Amino acid sequence: MMIVLGRTVAVLSFLLVMFSGQPQSIAGEGIEQTLGQITSEDESVRDAAVRSLIEQGDVSLVPRLEEIRADASRSIRQTIKPLIDLLKNRGKLASPDSDVRRSAATDLGTSGKPVAIQWLNAAAANEQNKWVRYTMEESAALLKLTSDDPSIKIAAIEKLGELRSENGVPAMKVLVEAGAGAEATESQKRVATAAVASIKDIVTWGAWSNAIETVFRGISLSSILLIMSLGLAIVFGLMGVINMAHGELMMVGAYATFMTQEAFKAFLPSTMFDSYFLTALPVAFLAAAGFGLLLEATVIRFLYGRPLETMLATWGVSLVLMQAARVYFGDLTSVVAPAWLSGGQQVLVGVYLPYNRIFIIGLSIVCVLGIYYALFKSNLGLRVRAVTQNRNMSACLGIPTRKVDSYTFAFGSGLAGIAGWALTLIGNVDPGLGQNYIVDSFMVVVTGGVGKLAGTIVASLGIGGLNKLIEPGFGAVYGKVLILVMVILFLQWKPSGLFAMKGRNAD
Amino acid sequence: MATNKPSEVTPVKPATDTEAEAGPSRRELLVKGGKIAAGVGVAALLGNLGNWALSYAADKEPIKIGILHSLSGTMAISEVSLRDTVMMAVDEINSKGGVMGRMIKPVVVDPASNWDLFAEKAKQLLLQDKVSVTFGCWTSVSRKSVLPVFEKNNGLLFYPVQYEGEECSRNVFYTGAAPNQQAVPAVDYLMSKEGGGFKKFYLLGTDYVYPRTTNKILRAMLLAKKVPAANIEEEYTPFHHQDYQTIVGKVKKFAAGGGGCVISTINGDSNVPFYKEFANQGLRAEDAPIMAFSVAEDELRGMDTSALVGHLAAWNYYQSVDTPQNKKFVADFKAYCKKSNLPDGDKRVTDDPIEAAYFGVYIWKQAVEKAASIEVDKVRKAVYGSKFLAPGGEIMMDAANHHTYRPVLIGEILKDGQFKIISRSPGLVKPEPWSEFTNPDKGCDWVGHQGTYQK
Repeated sequence: MMIVLGRTVAVLSFLLVMFSGQPQSIAGEGIEQTLGQITSEDESVRDAAVRSLIEQGDVSLVPRLEEIRADASRSIRQTIKPLIDLLKNRGKLASPDSDVRRSAATDLGTSGKPVAIQWLNAAAANEQNKWVRYTMEESAALLKLTSDDPSIKIAAIEKLGELRSENGVPAMKVLVEAGAGAEATESQKRVATAAVASIKDIVTWGAWSNAIETVFRGISLSSILLIMSLGLAIVFGLMGVINMAHGELMMVGAYATFMTQEAFKAFLPSTMFDSYFLTALPVAFLAAAGFGLLLEATVIRFLYGRPLETMLATWGVSLVLMQAARVYFGDLTSVVAPAWLSGGQQVLVGVYLPYNRIFIIGLSIVCVLGIYYALFKSNLGLRVRAVTQNRNMSACLGIPTRKVDSYTFAFGSGLAGIAGWALTLIGNVDPGLGQNYIVDSFMVVVTGGVGKLAGTIVASLGIGGLNKLIEPGFGAVYGKVLILVMVILFLQWKPSGLFAMKGRNAD
Repeated sequence: MATNKPSEVTPVKPATDTEAEAGPSRRELLVKGGKIAAGVGVAALLGNLGNWALSYAADKEPIKIGILHSLSGTMAISEVSLRDTVMMAVDEINSKGGVMGRMIKPVVVDPASNWDLFAEKAKQLLLQDKVSVTFGCWTSVSRKSVLPVFEKNNGLLFYPVQYEGEECSRNVFYTGAAPNQQAVPAVDYLMSKEGGGFKKFYLLGTDYVYPRTTNKILRAMLLAKKVPAANIEEEYTPFHHQDYQTIVGKVKKFAAGGGGCVISTINGDSNVPFYKEFANQGLRAEDAPIMAFSVAEDELRGMDTSALVGHLAAWNYYQSVDTPQNKKFVADFKAYCKKSNLPDGDKRVTDDPIEAAYFGVYIWKQAVEKAASIEVDKVRKAVYGSKFLAPGGEIMMDAANHHTYRPVLIGEILKDGQFKIISRSPGLVKPEPWSEFTNPDKGCDWVGHQGTYQK
């Protein structure tokens, strides 16, 4: 049955080619024959046909093979699949998209088919992108490791060592073990010595790249902590209001981003979609600032100077906001990062920096500069500082303290909105978003010293950096526990934080 | 939208209050009045049944069932769908004449994702509302918290979610998967030639009982299959963990050179940051696929799936299962959500726990009809060995161990948040609450033994 079907397919496809009017050479007929053999019931015939097609490596056969595969039996499909994958990947080596080229090269490297070495070498010679070329060379060297010729093997090992290829280590370890055996031949031993040297190079570089990545991760986490706590540093630090709904103001910012995205989807052409994210920045800021203004006017202004009541009242507000978001938005909310913030850039071997994190680091620096400007260079900032230092005296001098209070609170809330906007790049948008971050924000502000912006910055750097230093060794759970223990011990030693208020204002 | 929730519950309340306050002398009359009021409540609740149901319900006493799923708090995102599913099944049964000619009256309570409240609400359902069966719980910790209540008061709970096993309660029927119906076959698949022949396993989970127990079983299994201990990595993160940089970096080093995969028991809102970080650090599903046990269609519909495409999951049912009864089930569920004005209406999807919650109601109904009684002890015996044509295909309750025979399906995540089924077990898999790898000497049997026994 299968043979008949196979032949029918072969004949049909042959006819198809004939009628399509393409000139057929003898080699073409040979290919037709092999294609026919691929559906043979005899496994050896099938495998021989696959081998021969792999040798030829003709990418243009892929659609034909797909056709054959579509109506073949299970065992034949399994024979054809590696062949199709291989040819497809060869085709992808010439793709205009560098990511596609790179992942095709990776796949060829793990395919175990030495025939791909020449394809990779040819592609590497024309490759412009440094990292795609790197992967092509790495994959070619990985395939050469399977060679029987010890000199080719050693060359491949040296190449992998030069490339600092982590992917080569497992295969080389196998060679080292083979060389260490009692019956190892002379050539195996030579290969093993070369492999040991290469592995050592790779491991040394691995430690370095790890260190670099750890530093980056520390900075990235610090920037996230900083951006979360900036708003709180103003509201809690400068104004002394313990706003438990601060996390929910972040949530408002995140949902504002989501709404902007939905509006772009609904009303604007898809080519403009990626610009929604920048548009969402002012939207998130204003939405959260608006909520803050409302919150200040309706709840907090009646409770100035009564921290316990403020805490309870704002906690209630946070619960209301959370459940309201749950009821109104449900859970169909995801913010899609714009294309220019997805993925990352490789900077060194083994060091890969995601764009979204680089962006947040930049954003936190901009925010800090913006706040410094607003507080120390602008007119409003002058009044804010005056009111926080001595309310009565400022009032005497004609500063409208009520207004300053509400603007400051709105500004701090707006910063929370910006944090929510940025955090959509990292996590998800859900009603519990604020709860995930609020504890960390308070921890940073208190450790830094209430009322001192510089303290917040240093504390977020310290906590973020320490966290990432501890985590690789102790795991995420104990990392978090250790950080909390350290913060507690630190506050025992310095109860008013890193940068304590001095002088008559310190209370 | 969900503002309707209170009105769904309130019609029931006055009736029970009247019953409770009734004095002994006029008890009969008042009880009857209460019952009629309850009947009216049910009719109002179901709305579409109209006058026929009113007369019918007033005629015979309705059967009360409890629904114990969180409608607020962190677990609401998953559990609200189960409440809706049970309500839909009840609706279907009532519109076809109920159970033994009696209407079903659901009593919905909200334990608010709070484990202590779960026990309290369970007590309320059993002692105050006197429900004959309860459908509920999602997390293992909530199940553990209500377990003593159900055992002490001889209640009956249908638990619809896959879990870590090592439990064998006389008062619970588990319609979700035991570990040998999800985690173990999933890893088997990854080790097989067809699944990619993976050799290195990174067991990553949220830090609580389900991931820890599952990973304990998987580690024992991998070691039994001669996977060297150096090729198994185990790591946990706190709930709501958001920063996966270090872990993804570790996975990258771990999977270098090929043959590595991630077995994820990460739960809840940590999944999005994890998958995002995974994609952003340049790891592909081909290099190191993530096999997840807690990511189903219902979670995916709220996510940006671009970072998840190509990763895997193991379940016993997918919305994409191609059976006629499943097509009808999916259409019915969407129609029900739309009709009842539930959030997201017909954009809702079905998934494994939803299917398990749905057929749980029918298994109970069949058992009640077979036993011709709603007494827990009789119903329990009638459940043993019963079969039902569930949306995903016929399933069967085990003859003694309170778990369910189900098929095992491996799915690949698609762009639209659905799964392409890439592997399926040859038939139904027998549930084993005690894993052969960690507790080879233990078994669960409520017919020949008294629950857990030594083999």
